[in-house]
Amino acid sequence: MQRKVNQKAWFLVLPVFLLVAFSAVIPLMTVVNYSVQDSFGNNEFFWVGSEWFVEILNSDRFHDALGRQLLFSGIILAIEIPLGIWVALSMPRRGWGASVCLVLMALPLLIPWNVVGTIWQIFARADIGLLGHTLAAMGIDYNYTQSSLSAWITVIVMDVWHWTSLVVLLCYAGLCSIPDAYYQAAKIDGASRWAVFRYIQLPKMQRVLLIAVLLRFMDSFMIYTEPFVVTGGGPGNATTFLSIDLVKMAIGQFDLGPAAAFSLVYFLIVLLLSWVFYTVMTARDGAEA
Amino acid sequence: MIKSIRITPMLYIIFLMLPLYWLLTMALKTNTEILSGFSLWPKEPTLANFKTILTDASWYSGYINSTIYVVLNTIISISVALPAAYAFSRYRFMGDKHLFFWLLSNRMAPPAVFVLPFFQLYSSIGLFDTHIAVALAHCLFNVPLAVWILEGFMSGVPKEIDETAQIDGYSFGSFFVRIFMPLIGSGIGVAAFFCFMFSWVELLIARTLTSVDAKPIAAVMTRTVSASGLDWGVLAAAGVLTIVPGAIVIWFVRNHIAKGFALGRV
Amino acid sequence: MDLAWMGWTPFTATFFSVIACLLVVMMVWEKLSPGGAPRFGMLRFETTRGDRLFVTLLSSAFIHLGWLFFGGTDLWWALGLSVLYALAVFRWV
Repeated sequence: MQRKVNQKAWFLVLPVFLLVAFSAVIPLMTVVNYSVQDSFGNNEFFWVGSEWFVEILNSDRFHDALGRQLLFSGIILAIEIPLGIWVALSMPRRGWGASVCLVLMALPLLIPWNVVGTIWQIFARADIGLLGHTLAAMGIDYNYTQSSLSAWITVIVMDVWHWTSLVVLLCYAGLCSIPDAYYQAAKIDGASRWAVFRYIQLPKMQRVLLIAVLLRFMDSFMIYTEPFVVTGGGPGNATTFLSIDLVKMAIGQFDLGPAAAFSLVYFLIVLLLSWVFYTVMTARDGAEA
Repeated sequence: MIKSIRITPMLYIIFLMLPLYWLLTMALKTNTEILSGFSLWPKEPTLANFKTILTDASWYSGYINSTIYVVLNTIISISVALPAAYAFSRYRFMGDKHLFFWLLSNRMAPPAVFVLPFFQLYSSIGLFDTHIAVALAHCLFNVPLAVWILEGFMSGVPKEIDETAQIDGYSFGSFFVRIFMPLIGSGIGVAAFFCFMFSWVELLIARTLTSVDAKPIAAVMTRTVSASGLDWGVLAAAGVLTIVPGAIVIWFVRNHIAKGFALGRV
Repeated sequence: MDLAWMGWTPFTATFFSVIACLLVVMMVWEKLSPGGAPRFGMLRFETTRGDRLFVTLLSSAFIHLGWLFFGGTDLWWALGLSVLYALAVFRWV
């Protein structure tokens, strides 16, 4: 659709602009200010220049958290995207079955994030949890408060439980947009199941898959609440992801300067990634239109 | 053939439902039963845990606080997002693409980055521990979300309608309220639902900006865990009650839910 | 309103003023020649002036971080590098 050039449209956007500027730009400016200074409270600040950035960029603590974060997001994507596609492909397309599937699958997405943590805490504990108890009865040594491997598995399974449905719903929406005629044509041509997937379904899903990857990557990159409730970042620092580490630094220790430098580096990484995704998305839309 | 294919979604739904079932059984058990032994279903189902929550002010005030700031946030987000989404879907103007991306980047930004400055900002303007502070802070990600979803719905409405209304002599305001808004009614509903949802599920910012008077239910739950750490039954019951609002509304938005989660881009 | 909590310094104030000035310059430039001069550059997708400015600013931030990471201390060098980079972006991207 061709849109008219009209600079007066700015007046319609102005409220949003002011509101988001208030809650995004002022805080960001503050973070930049803090990142070059040291503070001992009472709004007294001392100039330190780039010291905090040097410290953060070269600290093992930051490197480890970033490494864990990337590993976590990588594993999440590797599990959730294929699983989501597979479930979406095998879902009923219409009728009451489809509605029931949609509603049940969407349920985890609407649960408050800390409750997701609580659910898995209750579910996975060895003494009172169904999962923990079953595993213990099978003789498997599983305890997410003691072993970092168990903690990792718990956090990953929890995220798969929580967010795979998002991928399913998006792929399902993509699949529903394929006209029946495509399938009939494929049937006449005697196309295999794989060929139908590769040449009909996958191209139609490409756009939604891109969105799914973007959202899953970004949201897992800022994950805080669920692992915080279940493991608190432990055992040790085993599940301390970037956000958990940052909040520990900012609110727990109130280290304004280092936390601000940390925030900026974190924010720049996120900004870069969103921009790359956004550019790819709009460039594809432009190519299609 | 058909039967064998349907096994995958069934298994997946069972995987989704098991932890929820467990939460519900926990909520129906007494604390002694939870700790004394293992059973797959409550032997003596009790509603005592729910009763505790609904009668103890420190619990139920959490629900009231959450509801107040969530509703405030939804109203603010939708009312500012409506005109903006219209502008984005109908006009080109200076910097529109970059503004749109800037909004998206706020949805993608980690709340953890904003926690510290939000705390300082709202403390300094004297809004710390008020509902409006949390509502405004949640606008950071909910306003972009609402703009994106509404823009998606508005782009589906043909432009001819705007032009016809103009020829018929409607002013912009009365056209927007009387003709355009009813046309995208379902879009407004979905956007409101998602603003409500994302504000309802958020913990970090809500917890940081409140201490007593506006403490949300999510914070009440985490603090109870760290303090006593033992009352699993009540905790589970509180969890069940936080799921209820979403579970009730979900049926009405099932056909648009993918669009909502995808920021209106499906 | 008391702004002490924001902890402004002359340096950061200058920094944000420069960004604001850049935005104003972009607006004036847009007014003088509307359309943003879209073209397909080295990155193989369409960019306008605004996109190029954004790419420049974001990359400059990473250039500065990289400079600090690899042990450089004097950030004026990183700034110089960023300016050269900016010229390259506006010429070829």
